[in-house]
Amino acid sequence: MYDESSLIPISGLQHVLFCPRQCALIHVEQQWEENRFTAEGRVLHERVDSGDSSDKGKIKITYSLQIHSLSLGLSGIADVVEFHPSSEDKNSFIPFPVEYKRGKPKKDLTDKVQLCAQAMCLEEMLCVSVPAGALFYGQPRRREDVVFDEYLRNETRKAAESFHRLVDSGITPQPVYEKKKCDSCSFLEKCMPLVIGKKRSALKWLEKAVFEGGENFEEAS
Amino acid sequence: MKKHLNTMFVTTQGTYLHKEGETVQIKVENEIKGYIPVHTIGGIVCFGRVSMSPPLMGFCAENDVAVTFLSEYGRFLASVRGPVSGNVLLRRTQYRMADSKTDSASLARFFIMGKISNCRRVLDRVLRDHGEKIASEELSSASVRLKSSLDSLRQTSDLDSLRGIEGESAKNYFSVFDHLILSRKDEFKFNGRSRRPPLDKVNCLISFIYTLLLHDVRSALETVGLDPAVGFLHRDRPGRPGLALDMMEEFRPYFADRLALSLINLSQIKPSGFKTTESGAVLMDDETRKALLVAYQKRKQEEIYHPFIDEKITLGLVFHIQAMLLARFMRGDIDAYPPFIWK
Ligand code: SF4
Repeated sequence: MYDESSLIPISGLQHVLFCPRQCALIHVEQQWEENRFTAEGRVLHERVDSGDSSDKGKIKITYSLQIHSLSLGLSGIADVVEFHPSSEDKNSFIPFPVEYKRGKPKKDLTDKVQLCAQAMCLEEMLCVSVPAGALFYGQPRRREDVVFDEYLRNETRKAAESFHRLVDSGITPQPVYEKKKCDSCSFLEKCMPLVIGKKRSALKWLEKAVFEGGENFEEAS
Repeated sequence: MKKHLNTMFVTTQGTYLHKEGETVQIKVENEIKGYIPVHTIGGIVCFGRVSMSPPLMGFCAENDVAVTFLSEYGRFLASVRGPVSGNVLLRRTQYRMADSKTDSASLARFFIMGKISNCRRVLDRVLRDHGEKIASEELSSASVRLKSSLDSLRQTSDLDSLRGIEGESAKNYFSVFDHLILSRKDEFKFNGRSRRPPLDKVNCLISFIYTLLLHDVRSALETVGLDPAVGFLHRDRPGRPGLALDMMEEFRPYFADRLALSLINLSQIKPSGFKTTESGAVLMDDETRKALLVAYQKRKQEEIYHPFIDEKITLGLVFHIQAMLLARFMRGDIDAYPPFIWK
């Protein structure tokens, strides 16, 4: 169990799953780079936040719900949570989180883990079970149902744990350059995966630039 | 990061800046002179009687826009700082290193290496391009002496000796600086470095450029979460931005001195734009100051090759890159701080 002061944001799960260094740059070093994608994401969220319909038939829809889980050590905001009437008990509702994502459905578990974390927060706060939720993708507009099975819950717990370990250590891991991943990363310019890292010695570079480079400079003249 | 943000210099006396939505509204004598979107500027430098509303100050602090107030003549008065950013771990590392003699010495050495190396290249470049017109013997012997200073840096790990080497090489470099002035030599005479106050036109020019440079270096350090006040080569003194002064060293010869020289040598600045006061201190007039600010901005837009990160970038971005590299060194990502070496 975590105490409230050590809760970290749910949104960090996607960062730790994508790249631990990116996660540390954001959550340990508190650097944030707003690029086109994050800006678009924000606009999308703003639209969700101002959603108009709050009563779709019998389903109750809430927006921007603040949630947390002390067992996962996470807190955050669920953009949209639908409350579906229970088939067993007319007076009770089952929460059904819906998360809006820019772009296409991802092959990996990132988005599902984040949604699952929301579900686990709701379970803990409302003392109900949340069996399923949905991801809504903007491109093409498509809704995908997600079942919170034991496997996904386990992955979510693991991601939360490694996120906590990373933040507690306060150490930013070295970059590992992977072309596809890094080229799409909004931290590419801050991270400098090609020049930072133990593989390249800045000390040797400096020696060369100051002492040998100087000679070359004179030769060139 | 790639976007190159400009510094806004406000020199018109009586200007009032305030926040209007996401823009800075510029008013002079109650007349609106224009609007500038905040996200297109990286800094605001106010000269003399220029004021700014507190909401705008807060907004700038929030958006990483550095705000500095200078006297009409470029003397630092104050700067605006927002809440300290969340980089507490980095700052603690910085303070710890500043408390350690060994760490301070190793950082100081990197800065000095960058500085002397660049001083030497300034001399070598003039020798190469204008060798026949100038006192080349003196210049090349100064360059050789700078080289030997660089060599002795290698063997020195004691902070005071490092400072000694730095002082020596600065003397060396400035002893031949007058030879780098290639036109209107009797009007622009350099009589050794004088700061408080500058006693000739060249010093007046250099000092003013250093002030602008300091503003930029300082805001770059703040942006990456370092404390510009706590230095290694320059020890703490209240009100003195020690780390900003440290990191400025590598840019002085290459960026600032060469800018001053080209303004003189290319006749972009008139000797009549300066006046000598009763005390002997030299001041520049409004027109000269404006020409200088324009030239400074232009220089920041120039594209250069950054040898360490192996990329073409604008000069204005170099401060940020260096600040980032310094932070990365402090965090243990790289085994040295690679100063910007002019190639
Ligand atoms: S650039 Fe690559 S290594 Fe760096 S944070 Fe992004 S994904 Fe990770």
